[in-house]
Amino acid sequence: MNLTLKIWRQKGANDKGKIVDYPITEVSPDMSFLEMLDVLNQELIEKGEEPVAFDHDCREGICGSCSMFVNGQAHGPDSMVTVCQLHMRSFKDGDTIFIEPWRATAFPVIKDLIVDRSAFDRIQQAGGFISVNTSGNTQDANAIPIDKHDADTAFDAATCIGCGACVASCKNSSAMLFVSAKVSQFALLPQGKVEATDRVLNMVKQMDDEGFGNCTNTGACEVECPKGISLENIARMNREYLSASLKG
Amino acid sequence: MALDSKIPQGPIADKWTNHKNKINLVNPANKRLIDVIIVGTGLAGGSAAATLAELGYNVKAFCFQDSPRRAHSIAAQGGINAAKNYQGDGDSTYRLFYDTVKGGDYRSRESNVHRLAEVSTNIIDQCVAQGVPFARDYGGLLDNRSFGGVLVSRTFYAKGQTGQQLLLGAYSAMNRQIGRGKIKMHTRHEMLDVVIVDGKARGIIARNLVTGEIERHSAHAVVLGTGGYGNAFYLSTYAMGSNVTAAWKAHKRGAYFANPCYTQIHPTCIPVSGDHQSKLTLMSESLRNDGRIWVPKHKKDVEAIRDGSLKPTQLAEDDRDYYLERRYPAFGNLVPRDVASRAAKERCDAGYGVNKTGEAVYLDFASAFMRYGKEQAHVKGLDEDDAILIRKLGQEIVKNKYGNLFQMYEKIVDQNPYETPMMIYPAVHYTMGGIWVDYNLMTTVPGLYAIGEANFSDHGANRLGASALMQGLADGYFVLPYTIGDYLADDIRTGPISIDSKEFDEAEKSATEIIDKLVNNNGTHSVDYFHKKLGKIMWNKCGMARNEKDLKEAITEIAELREEFWKDVKIPGEANEYNEELAKAGRVADFLELGELFAKDALVREESAGGHFRDEYQTPEGEAMRRKEFQFVSAWEFKGEPKDAVLHKEDLVYENIEVKERSYK
Repeated sequence: MNLTLKIWRQKGANDKGKIVDYPITEVSPDMSFLEMLDVLNQELIEKGEEPVAFDHDCREGICGSCSMFVNGQAHGPDSMVTVCQLHMRSFKDGDTIFIEPWRATAFPVIKDLIVDRSAFDRIQQAGGFISVNTSGNTQDANAIPIDKHDADTAFDAATCIGCGACVASCKNSSAMLFVSAKVSQFALLPQGKVEATDRVLNMVKQMDDEGFGNCTNTGACEVECPKGISLENIARMNREYLSASLKG
Repeated sequence: MALDSKIPQGPIADKWTNHKNKINLVNPANKRLIDVIIVGTGLAGGSAAATLAELGYNVKAFCFQDSPRRAHSIAAQGGINAAKNYQGDGDSTYRLFYDTVKGGDYRSRESNVHRLAEVSTNIIDQCVAQGVPFARDYGGLLDNRSFGGVLVSRTFYAKGQTGQQLLLGAYSAMNRQIGRGKIKMHTRHEMLDVVIVDGKARGIIARNLVTGEIERHSAHAVVLGTGGYGNAFYLSTYAMGSNVTAAWKAHKRGAYFANPCYTQIHPTCIPVSGDHQSKLTLMSESLRNDGRIWVPKHKKDVEAIRDGSLKPTQLAEDDRDYYLERRYPAFGNLVPRDVASRAAKERCDAGYGVNKTGEAVYLDFASAFMRYGKEQAHVKGLDEDDAILIRKLGQEIVKNKYGNLFQMYEKIVDQNPYETPMMIYPAVHYTMGGIWVDYNLMTTVPGLYAIGEANFSDHGANRLGASALMQGLADGYFVLPYTIGDYLADDIRTGPISIDSKEFDEAEKSATEIIDKLVNNNGTHSVDYFHKKLGKIMWNKCGMARNEKDLKEAITEIAELREEFWKDVKIPGEANEYNEELAKAGRVADFLELGELFAKDALVREESAGGHFRDEYQTPEGEAMRRKEFQFVSAWEFKGEPKDAVLHKEDLVYENIEVKERSYK
């Protein structure tokens, strides 16, 4: 396949960026999207130009590093995949493909397609944990049976990879899906209930401080989430937040 | 220097307890005066960072990713072993210890493995307390499954994302300490050297990958949890950024490197599709609980499948060769990884590979669909003779167990594994070798520790499935936090370590020189060009089967390639900015040295053991032939060039397990 790539290039955080056109030829449909970018970058290096910078690491859809808007969609046209799992068979010969970084105030651009997502880490640091020290004396893992339905729902929420597609897809740049996934995981487990009140209040406060927008229940986040994190988590977090606020 | 493994005295079951009772402790007020650097934030580094911070030490943690949560432990799929015996199927600490030593082909240290088995149960308790959502049964209790090389169900799991859930557990424990200010987290930083002051590890040189700045960081001890070096093969199941640089730089500063040739080639990975390929994807070993591995019995069927005129589902049962079940009836499809990989290679080399390249075998779930479906039909009172219904019910069960893996396969290969068997082939997955450590996990450099995959100690010549997660968390949560205190007890009056010393000057200068040389080289080829070439040499000559001739060629070719790399590599951009090519170049430069030592180690080891298979040393049935005179750990001392490395031997003594032929028949 022969394609035209229109890629956001931005030298650094304080530089002005722009879309640059790159033609690319002989793309195999079996390539992953990032392997196609590898080919482009090899060509650029051989020509003495700077390669396109993008975050990537595991290339199997689990680390959450890769983060790009492809033709206006987070992680590109396929559903339930990260961009590293997107394959070129999803495109046709002659296509023009726009590639841009996540766009959100809380995710400033570092270079080209790379953004700073450390705001997500800081939200987790505000309360995304259960306060238990490592001792070797915690009670036996089977001491508290957990309803399978609750355990499975907690797991589903916990599969969030922290990629930020939800924020990038939201017209308000809201991080509610991300935050609610963590809040839900712990709220559904008996171990997490003890400090549920402080957790939700602290995490939501940090989320607001980071400059993420509000949720207006549009649901774009759920549609674009590569792990299928459900909007129900947002509803659960709202309930947790309300009850915590009344208590607090 | 003679190797002292510092194995405590006494019966094996008491060694760890006695050791813990005798070692020095640091009083809580003094812990505040002590800094510890931890490089890497995977299961080992992350759990160690959290635990040391909980204890009161000041932790400085480093990772090259943009968040500690992205370390490649996140990609581990199948599960984590623990001798809980929740299934009542005869498991025990001894059995886990025995299985691990046997699985490692009698090339691991007994005392370390026993300790690992002892603390395994604590890990599960700890993780559940942290909110790790392991799979549960309908009674609300934890579920288990089986992995290769064992006869019990001791593997705890969270669908096909166990590594993710465990790492997020350790990450959450870290976050709690980052929030308290007890861990200072440095993301997007790469360690370039370790700084030795008066013979002790006292800090590191790191590069800020965003600004390019070279930084000095000091501490009273340095811990490497930097993972394995399988990316020397270019194509592997490792993350793109996984590298040997931290471990290799430590080696060059005096840490012995042990058993570099022990590499795990995992049997069930998605086959290579073309030259553009940047990495290989694992299909969890847990799939071998329910999937059966086969190739056609007859060459004519192989040809027909390859040219597309025959579908695998059309081939009659009698015309299929379930070669693992045929060769190893006792363990069947659940033989250990080294055995399964070699068996796949044997069939493919004999011409029975089922894809166009001839390098693939089938992993087939058809009988599992029917088995589970019948059970479901019975439970639900439905027609047990309705094959279509049963298949559908069975597929639902399999989807619940491995849904994400099936989805991943379909995305990559564009075939539906519910309808046609998966195609798989072995790929580089893990390195059992690593930095030599004593019982306390300290390297040959005082104050420098190595934990998790970065060290060599627990898996011998072959790691059993679901044991990497166990070892990473054992080292980080339950071993290092004790043993490091014994060393740091002498440092309570040392005070902060200054970064203004001639040792820091020298280490920074050495790191800067390498960067300047790379960035100003103006060669003609990219880093990947050299990395791919190295990978081909490694795979073809140091891969699943090795021999003297190939290994000698590999040593020469890698040395030549290294020379060519330094002459001709081309790095665009500058040193003082985000420059991924520059970071990659530094890593590949180190792989080019490690690769040569790897081949040298494989050449010296004139036996076959676990993942190290020498053509010259095999039984008449083609199984690995161990040799008693090689019952030692090879620990290599750096002497300027890989070819000049000096071999030190740690003899392995087995007092609690009888060393015998490792049979899975």
